[in-house]
Amino acid sequence: MIGGLFIYNHKGEVLISRVYRDDIGYVQWEGSIRSSSSYLSPPSPPRRNAVDAFRVNVIHARQQVRSPVTNIARTSFFHVKRSNIWLAAVTKQNVNAAMVFEFLYKMCDVMSAYFGKISEENIKNNFVLIYELLDEILDFGYPQNSETGALKTFITQQGIKGQTKEEQSQITSQVTGQIGWRREGIKYRRNELFLDVLESVNLLMSPQGQVLSAHVSGRVVMKSYLSGMPECKFGMNDKIVIDKAGKGGTTDEAVKSGKQSIAIDDCTFHQCVRLSKFDSERSISFIPPDGEYELMRYRTTKDIILPFRVIPLVREVGRTKLEVKVVIKSNFKPSLLAQKIEVRIPTPLNTSGVQVICMKGKAKYKASENAIVWKIKRMAGMKESQISAEIELLPTNDKKKWARPPISMNFEVPFAPSGLKVRYLKVFESKLNYSDHDVIKWVRYIGRSGIYETRC
Amino acid sequence: MQEWANQLCENRQFGSKMTDSKYFTTTKKGEIFELKAELNSDKKEKKKEAVKKVIASMTVGKDVSALFPDVVNCMQTDNLELKKLVYLYLMNYAKSQPDMAIMAVNTFVKDCEDPNPLIRALAVRTMGCIRVDKITEYLCEPLRKCLKDEDPYVRKTAAVCVAKLHDINAQLVEDQGFLDTLKDLISDSNPMVVANAVAALSEIAESHPNSNLLDLNPQSINKLLTALNECTEWGQIFILDCLANYTPRDDRESQSICERVTPRLSHANSAVVLSAVKVLMKFMEMLPKDLDYYGTLLKKLAPPLVTLLSAEPELQYVALRNINLIVQKRPEILKHEMKVFFVKYNDPIYVKLEKLDIMIRLASQANIAQVLAELKEYATEVDVDFVRKAVRAIGRCAIKVEQSAERCVSTLLDLIQTKVNYVVQEAIVVIKDIFRKYPNKYESVIATLCENLDSLDEPEARAAMIWIVGEYAERIDNADELLESFLEGFHDESTQVQLQLLTAIVKLFLKKPTETQELVQQVLSLATQDSDNPDLRDRGYIYWRLLSTDPVAAKEVVLAEKPLISEETDLIEPTLLEELICHIGTLASVYHKPPSAFVEGSRGVQHKRIPIRSGSGESSESQDTGGAPGATEAPAAVIPSQGDLLGDLLNLDLTPPTSTAGAPPGPPMPMGGMDLLGGGLDSLLGGDIGGSPSMGSGFGAPAAVMPSSLNAPVGGGLGDLFDLGGGVGMPMGTFVPPKTLWLPAMKGKGLEIMGTFARRAGVIQMEMTLTNKAMSVMTDFAIQFNRNSFGLAPAGPLQVPTPLSPNQTIDVSLPLNNGGPVMKMEPLNNLQVAVKNNIDVFYFSCQYPISMLFVEDGKMDRQVFLATWKDIPNENEAQFQINDCHLNSDAASNKLQGSNVFTIAKRTVEGQDMLYQSMKLTNGICVLTELRVQTGSPTYTVSLKCRAAEVSQCVFQCYEAALKN
Repeated sequence: MIGGLFIYNHKGEVLISRVYRDDIGYVQWEGSIRSSSSYLSPPSPPRRNAVDAFRVNVIHARQQVRSPVTNIARTSFFHVKRSNIWLAAVTKQNVNAAMVFEFLYKMCDVMSAYFGKISEENIKNNFVLIYELLDEILDFGYPQNSETGALKTFITQQGIKGQTKEEQSQITSQVTGQIGWRREGIKYRRNELFLDVLESVNLLMSPQGQVLSAHVSGRVVMKSYLSGMPECKFGMNDKIVIDKAGKGGTTDEAVKSGKQSIAIDDCTFHQCVRLSKFDSERSISFIPPDGEYELMRYRTTKDIILPFRVIPLVREVGRTKLEVKVVIKSNFKPSLLAQKIEVRIPTPLNTSGVQVICMKGKAKYKASENAIVWKIKRMAGMKESQISAEIELLPTNDKKKWARPPISMNFEVPFAPSGLKVRYLKVFESKLNYSDHDVIKWVRYIGRSGIYETRC
Repeated sequence: MQEWANQLCENRQFGSKMTDSKYFTTTKKGEIFELKAELNSDKKEKKKEAVKKVIASMTVGKDVSALFPDVVNCMQTDNLELKKLVYLYLMNYAKSQPDMAIMAVNTFVKDCEDPNPLIRALAVRTMGCIRVDKITEYLCEPLRKCLKDEDPYVRKTAAVCVAKLHDINAQLVEDQGFLDTLKDLISDSNPMVVANAVAALSEIAESHPNSNLLDLNPQSINKLLTALNECTEWGQIFILDCLANYTPRDDRESQSICERVTPRLSHANSAVVLSAVKVLMKFMEMLPKDLDYYGTLLKKLAPPLVTLLSAEPELQYVALRNINLIVQKRPEILKHEMKVFFVKYNDPIYVKLEKLDIMIRLASQANIAQVLAELKEYATEVDVDFVRKAVRAIGRCAIKVEQSAERCVSTLLDLIQTKVNYVVQEAIVVIKDIFRKYPNKYESVIATLCENLDSLDEPEARAAMIWIVGEYAERIDNADELLESFLEGFHDESTQVQLQLLTAIVKLFLKKPTETQELVQQVLSLATQDSDNPDLRDRGYIYWRLLSTDPVAAKEVVLAEKPLISEETDLIEPTLLEELICHIGTLASVYHKPPSAFVEGSRGVQHKRIPIRSGSGESSESQDTGGAPGATEAPAAVIPSQGDLLGDLLNLDLTPPTSTAGAPPGPPMPMGGMDLLGGGLDSLLGGDIGGSPSMGSGFGAPAAVMPSSLNAPVGGGLGDLFDLGGGVGMPMGTFVPPKTLWLPAMKGKGLEIMGTFARRAGVIQMEMTLTNKAMSVMTDFAIQFNRNSFGLAPAGPLQVPTPLSPNQTIDVSLPLNNGGPVMKMEPLNNLQVAVKNNIDVFYFSCQYPISMLFVEDGKMDRQVFLATWKDIPNENEAQFQINDCHLNSDAASNKLQGSNVFTIAKRTVEGQDMLYQSMKLTNGICVLTELRVQTGSPTYTVSLKCRAAEVSQCVFQCYEAALKN
């Protein structure tokens, strides 16, 4: 299991170091053992070596990092980076690698939930808290309950002196219990829930307009403010469910709804969802955590509505000039409005000047990013817009041709490109006196661009 | 406490300067002393501040162990935050101060009795982390209590503590009976306690490979599967990883476990999904393949694996490394999912490289067009490693999917035209492999490759190019110059290049002995005398001895037919693959190495294996289908690396070794400086052309194979193969077969060649009709022959009155001689021709009637005929029948005479005419025949005797052609 966990700043200085197992202490590695942090005094415990090995071999490595897992002298280092903070888990055993990364992400989530952005300043400000968290969520290198909701009940930085015996046992049963993500006795005056269907649509298109690959990865994010321990049931226009219902019910309805149903390639659920029930009946039932959480993720590849089509035209005029023309077409109901549209047209490294003409929005050549960035605030459906640019190039001796990176696009549309529709979300709480009708429910669909690229 | 918290909040409002980060500020001298004073302060707040400073110092690597007693003194507090800080300090330094650590024991024991379960758990958790023998003794009693605590939070913490204690003192744990208590916890009512107990037991079991510690049986498995549905995501991982070690008793149990594990494939946590995949991949092996459920399961596995690719990049990497294994084990799972592995522009490089690998593995005829288009795109990217791998992938596609080979080669040629140095080099390396997979198919690209010779600076590419030059030396005019240019800096080359150069030059020498002696001499001495590399030296000596003692054997060895490389490359060896499948999700699956390769000590030494299906009940007859995992996959070899000595020695020509090996005529070679090669060399060179009987002396081994004491007009054995001394007899018209189409316009880019062979006035003529069916004029014609069985070569340049305008047809006649290099062809009379014009070089092959080679003075003396007939062993006799021939014996004799087949005697026995005939080939081989003609019967029987039995078939064809015309 995980032998130790270190957090470094961008210079490679250690901000947090927690060692769970002694075996990681004795890392021998090649190269000088010269530490960059000048304030270190020489006689340091032997486990510093593992800490230093990672700094020298990964953080200070001259080359770009070629793998998130590094093996140095039979010690494995897993790392993730958040802005310029490095989190590294160290082990000498054959650990479950997927689990280690999942844990590191979880660790980041927990820290963000406690003190916001993960930055050097925030980590230094909260180092006592972080040690306390690390003590709780990782025992002898085995991840323990890491649900923020549960953790916040007893790791508060305020001490737990004032708790009554009942409170204490409630905490421990929640941390270890079957429903570790929700505590008992939650009360709201107004029972309310917000459901966001957030989709990111991904596309790779050839210059000729052929779809090379396209998929939607979607998330259903829920904010629930419900009293008690409510049992929820979530329904959407999943093809399998609707087809099944259609067989038994009236054919008319099945045909009607069948048209709008979507084929979900795969989905994953928050741990509150009863997976065995989904597997057998394909129904999504759960007791929700309190507050905001991600109920499910899904992926679809069929019948995707591609909100925009990009038509590029790049012409090389001699050796020192490029002519670029890009047309974007919106492909959805004219009554809807897409927002935050941004088209990024890459330019060669030896660009000396760019002239841009666009009908709509604003376009600018950003030399530092090697791209023309074209922004349009709003665009209705079934419209088209065009940009043309002349790019002056400096003559170079470089034989290598310009690699022509793809044109990428960002946008936000108020519908789900996969066609997913929420059919219902029912809430049952038998012990308290509120029914499904009393719950105020809000549903919202947002489609965003994921990696939306057209080669040119 | 509350006060301090408030203060902290206030500080935060004022800004960061006053918060915890102040503890990180650089400290001045005498700091330890100051801290000591603060730790012993009466004020709680000051104390806590001081401990925080100590921990901060500890974190940044300062040695604060001197403060041990002072910090431990702060332990007795009801402030939980302070307590936790002190515990943290203790865990870090207890080992270096074991005696003082004892001071803390009392507090621990007391805390284990605390009414607050959180404090009990904290104490037992921390005690386990203090790795001091003396403390562990005190730990036992509190631990025993905690394992049976009423609070699940304490129990789950105690369960892990057993594993900690076992790591410090395994014997103690066994003696105290903690293992049994831990086993009991598997039946605990709380799922998290179960999960931690499973994790602890699994870890302890790993260091006791043979103990039946986990004791998995259907009952305990059932308990685990129940807990699986209820515990945290991490607990599910522990349980699934543990389940993977279980071997179900039969396929029904296997199926029922699979059914209960499959819902986990929808978990949001990728590690849960991967661990579930591991269990399923392993247990699937036990299911009969004809079971419906087996197919369902296969289908269920694909979507979650694809979903893993939308996780964060680090997890994608882990997933891709695992998918790489899964694709090798069960290619059917993801065969339709090629598109999801297409590389995205912004993928981190490690994700890109892995995706590329999987794309090649999934490439098939069905998707190859898409894959190639992608790969071509990638080859223009920025990252050098990635581009190289993409180029290499194109080559691997060519080798894997034969139908795509042509497209791949042309893509590679396009890439070579980009002149990007590393692209060119990588392309050359893979083209070499393509040559090995499809010999004699794409050699037309050699010229393009040679153009890039100068730009190659990487050993692998240089070695590949040298291999190509050596392998196809006979088709490259200036092969000797090319290789010589490499020889100049021989000692600066890497071993790989040196070895390859040595082999290539020896090949060249064996193919073109006349011009390359000096070169071979030079390379042999460089390799043997001036090099300290034992591999190189040894190989040099092997060649040298081979060449000097037995050149024919040298040919057999060096130019031996090499095995074709197999389709799949870079596959993981099946037993390793099987082991890695059992480690899906873990580091082993990321490194593609067994745990023993990177884990020290006893852990991970056990090799996990996939259970073999032992059928149960009615399905047992299909047992063999599921058995012997890996055996179902065709074992595929890996492209041998360049350094493979045997591979390189044998790595050579397709031509089978032949005894007709010979060399063109010429003056005897100057032997000066060649003494090392000895007599063998001159025989190889056919040094003694005159055909004197004495020439056999240098032969050694081959002479034994073919006795040289022949009664033939020319010196026997191999010698006569070398001989060209055939005199020119009287002119006579020989049989000329009609022209056939040699090069269709389709293949010749508009140039069509029809042709035939004729022997006119003792000169062999190649008669061709060239037609220009293209739209543009053709000029600059030239012709070249590949080495062939009888050394046929153009006697002069190809005389084409140029330009050849569109739609124009001309007839040309090319006189041939026998002065060209010799190599046995299959069939014997096969001739490979290259015709060049201003457009391109075209290759075709044609067959000439062997009668073209019958010389005019082939008539034998009767006595000689008789003696020779007897002398030739009966094994060399061949008999053929010619049907539907209505000539009488005299007419036949006359007809054959026109083709230089001479009748020596005629006998008539019982209405059967027997004609005894002889003919001689340009290289001196004599063929003796007996032709039996039954009067009135249309069937002739030809009995044929010749020392070189290979020619029989060709001679027979001539008989048939001549007689029927």
